[in-house]
Order: sequence, then C-alpha cells, then structure tokens
Amino acid sequence: MATTPTREVARRVFAREFNDAGYTFKESDDDRAPVYLLLPTGERANRVFVVGTLTETEDVGEDSEYWQGRVVDPNGDTFFMYAGQYQPDAASMLRDLEPPAYVSVVGKPRTYETDDGEVNVSIRPESITVVDAATRDRWVVETAERTLERIQRFDDDANEYAEMAREQYDLPVENYRRAVVGALESLETDGEAEASASTS
Amino acid sequence: MTDLRTHAEEIHEQFSDQLGIDVDDVHERLETLVEEYKVPVDEARRSVTNTYLDEAGMDRDELRGGGNERKQVADVDTAEEWIDVRAKVVDLWEPRSDAVAQVGLLGDETGTIKFTKWSKSDLPELDEGAVYELRNVVTDEYQGRYSVKLNRTTTITELDEEIEVGDDSVTVEGALVDIQSGSGLIKRCPEDDCTRVLQNGRCSEHGEVEGEFDLRIKGVLDDGEEVTEVIFDQEATENLTGITLEEAQEMAMDALDTTVVADEMRTKVLGRYYRVEGPTFGRYVLADAIEQLSDPADPEAVLIKARSI
Repeated sequence: MATTPTREVARRVFAREFNDAGYTFKESDDDRAPVYLLLPTGERANRVFVVGTLTETEDVGEDSEYWQGRVVDPNGDTFFMYAGQYQPDAASMLRDLEPPAYVSVVGKPRTYETDDGEVNVSIRPESITVVDAATRDRWVVETAERTLERIQRFDDDANEYAEMAREQYDLPVENYRRAVVGALESLETDGEAEASASTS
Repeated sequence: MTDLRTHAEEIHEQFSDQLGIDVDDVHERLETLVEEYKVPVDEARRSVTNTYLDEAGMDRDELRGGGNERKQVADVDTAEEWIDVRAKVVDLWEPRSDAVAQVGLLGDETGTIKFTKWSKSDLPELDEGAVYELRNVVTDEYQGRYSVKLNRTTTITELDEEIEVGDDSVTVEGALVDIQSGSGLIKRCPEDDCTRVLQNGRCSEHGEVEGEFDLRIKGVLDDGEEVTEVIFDQEATENLTGITLEEAQEMAMDALDTTVVADEMRTKVLGRYYRVEGPTFGRYVLADAIEQLSDPADPEAVLIKARSI
C-alpha cells in the first residue's frame, strides 16, 4: 500500500530496560523500512524520549568530533548517547552544555557489538534541550506508567513482541517493575527532602 | 408482503432516472425469488438490483441511493457507506490534483468532515458558507480519518437555512518531540486568497513575490503511545514560545538568516510537556489553547499500582 510513512512514536523506557535490549529487527524487507529495538517488556522502539540528568559530556572522536553524553535516570542507570558530524545540532549541544543539567532527548536507539561480542545500546539524538525539574519528574511518572502497561500486557496471548522478547532475551519483567518502583520512590524522597528543607 | 413492496419501491426509486421500470414488475421479480425459490430477501434484492444494473449498463457505484441513511458527520464510522448529509461548507481548500474539482470541510451540528468532489462527476460548484442537502455521497477512510466523496450520482440541493457547526475540538497531551521544517519565521504569498508558504521567495502558484512574514510551528506531540501533529498559528506560536512576530523579524535581521528563529523556538519548547486543544484539520490539530504541563507530577497512584502487580 502506498501510504505516507507515519511518524514513529517515541517510547518511554528506563535505562535499566533500555540497556538490557540489544535485539533489533525490521518488519519488512524494504531497505527504508524502520529498524526497531525490541524492548524486554515486549514492545518495539524505533524512537525514544528520555529526560534525565546529563552528568558528563566527552569528545571521544579520533579524527573528527564525536560527542558522548551520559544521561542518568532516577535509578542511577545511564543512557549513553553519541552525536557526530551527522547530528550537528545534538553535537553542538553536547559541546556547549555544562553538566549537570536536566535534558530532554529525542532519539533513535542504536546497537553495536563490542570486540568481546557484547551488544551495547545507545541513543543517536535527534534533539537535546535543557529542561526543568518538573519536566524530568513528569517524565519519570509517565515512563513508570508506560512501563507498567507493557508489563501488564506481557502475558497477553496476542502480544507478538512479548513472545519475541521471551525468545530473544528471557529476562524476567519483574526487574523492570522494580525499576519502576525505585524511580517513583526516588521522587517521593525528593519531595519529602524538599518539604523538610523548606520548613527548616 | 408489504416488506417486499417496500424493497420494490426502493429499488424502483434507485432506477427511476435511468430505466422506465414499473414497481409491480420489480415486486414480481422479488416475489418469485423469495417465495418460489426461497431466497433470503437481502439476496433477492441484490439479485434484482444487479439485473437492472445490467439492463441500464451501470456500475453499482452509480446507483442512486433512494434509501440512504441520513447521517450526522460525527457518526460516520465506516468506509464505503452510501449516505445523505445535511451540512454547511465550512472551508474550501486548494485541490492538489486536476482529478479533484473541489475539496474542503463540511460541518453540521456534530462536527466537521472532509469532502472531495471529483472533476469527472460534473457536479455544480459548492459555495463556502452555504448549506446543502447532499444525497448519495460515499464515505471513505484514510489512516483512521473519515471523509465523504461526492460522485456522479450525488444530488446537491442548496438549503435556505443556517447550521451551527459543532465543536469537534480535541485535547491532546504529550511531549513536544519535534518541530518540523517549515516552522518558525515564514513568508506567505501576498496575492489575494493565496496564503501559500514561499519556498526561497517563490510561491508555487504566483512565482517570485514579495512575501509577508508570519509565524508558524508544525510540531509533534507524543505521549509514548500516539503521535499527534499540531499546527500553531501566529498567535499560538507567540503564546507557546514567547517570541512575537516583531521580535522574530529582528532576530532574523540581526542574523541575516530566518532559520535562527526556529532554532531559538526549539530550545524554548522541545522536550517539554503540553496540553493542546483545538479543532482537527486533516491529520493536524490546530492549537487554539495551549498549556504547559509544569505541575509537579503525582507519583503516588502509579506507585500503588506498581507495588500491586
């Protein structure tokens, strides 16, 4: 069917789950068909939206600039992102930004195999913007909700991506439920800390 | 018995323009099939209708819908259904193809729906703002959005009445994940009734023109499940970004480049959460009301759920 390609949704996922992924696939043989990263909770992700703390930036390029950025989520797990000459806006953001800062990142999952055969997952950013703490907190709650929804659908019979996740990963989704609980609890403690700080 | 008579009358009406047929004749054919051959009524009707279609040398598509359902536009929920609508022409758009005579938006009390009128159907011109009874239009669907198509068998009657077009505005929430090209400080063609956005100073219709500055954002809201494309007009863009048209022009003058405006807008709004309300327009939502979602999120309910699984 000749339909205009629809824009891929940006999935919400905590770093623990994202970094456990490594299997990518296409839905058709077409060269231009989108590549999806299979999330261990049983969903395909061609794009992700992440808000977290940018803790470190570093030019890891050899011949030309190639910027690495580390974004940490409330569990202390790290998203890695890389931007080079083909992502000029994101690369210049990483060059200019002073960590620590809350950042929103929209990007595509990328995988690469290391010399010892391990698959690493990172984000190739489409955009990076500096945001406030309220935006970060909203992302944490939203990502918790989306992750729980995926966990609840995981045992549905018709869930083909959950089936695929069982075959490819065989990782217990309980790990990601714990990541959800941990992330939400960190917000509550933050809130209490702020409340007690303002009363003292 | 009376049931067959009704079917016969409806079939008769469908062919009244093309064939000089007799209701009794139609009735007799139906009766033979139903009573003698024990064919179900629906099948009998289909068979008789096909016989007349053959006689008249017509396609099923050209059939006059004598017995169409009158539908309100918000109730259109299947494709390829023949219906009648009573609606006002809310908007006429520029057809993108010679095959299309007119394209635009029809509205009734329940909302709006896109319509297409084919050139080959040879129908009278519809006027913007006028109310019509449109009989025998066919519904269509594209990516979940419905439209109606006027065809050769459609009858158009202008009505001397007013319709208060319903509010079909929607509310969408999500993170603004993209600002698409063609956003920021743009120039529009100044010709009468032409508001096309210029590309390199050229209008696709009127060629090289002295454009008029405008602000616009074509953005994408994404809630992790669905994406919605949103258009912010000048006022909405000013509200969203805090950059006025004047300021945008100054920024562009200083930089000798209009793209700095969109870049500045990106740093101000990308990656934040918004709630946008407005009418739908094709696949876009036109932002009337915008609110940044900056309240502290409440994790408590989600935490309870997470612990209970």
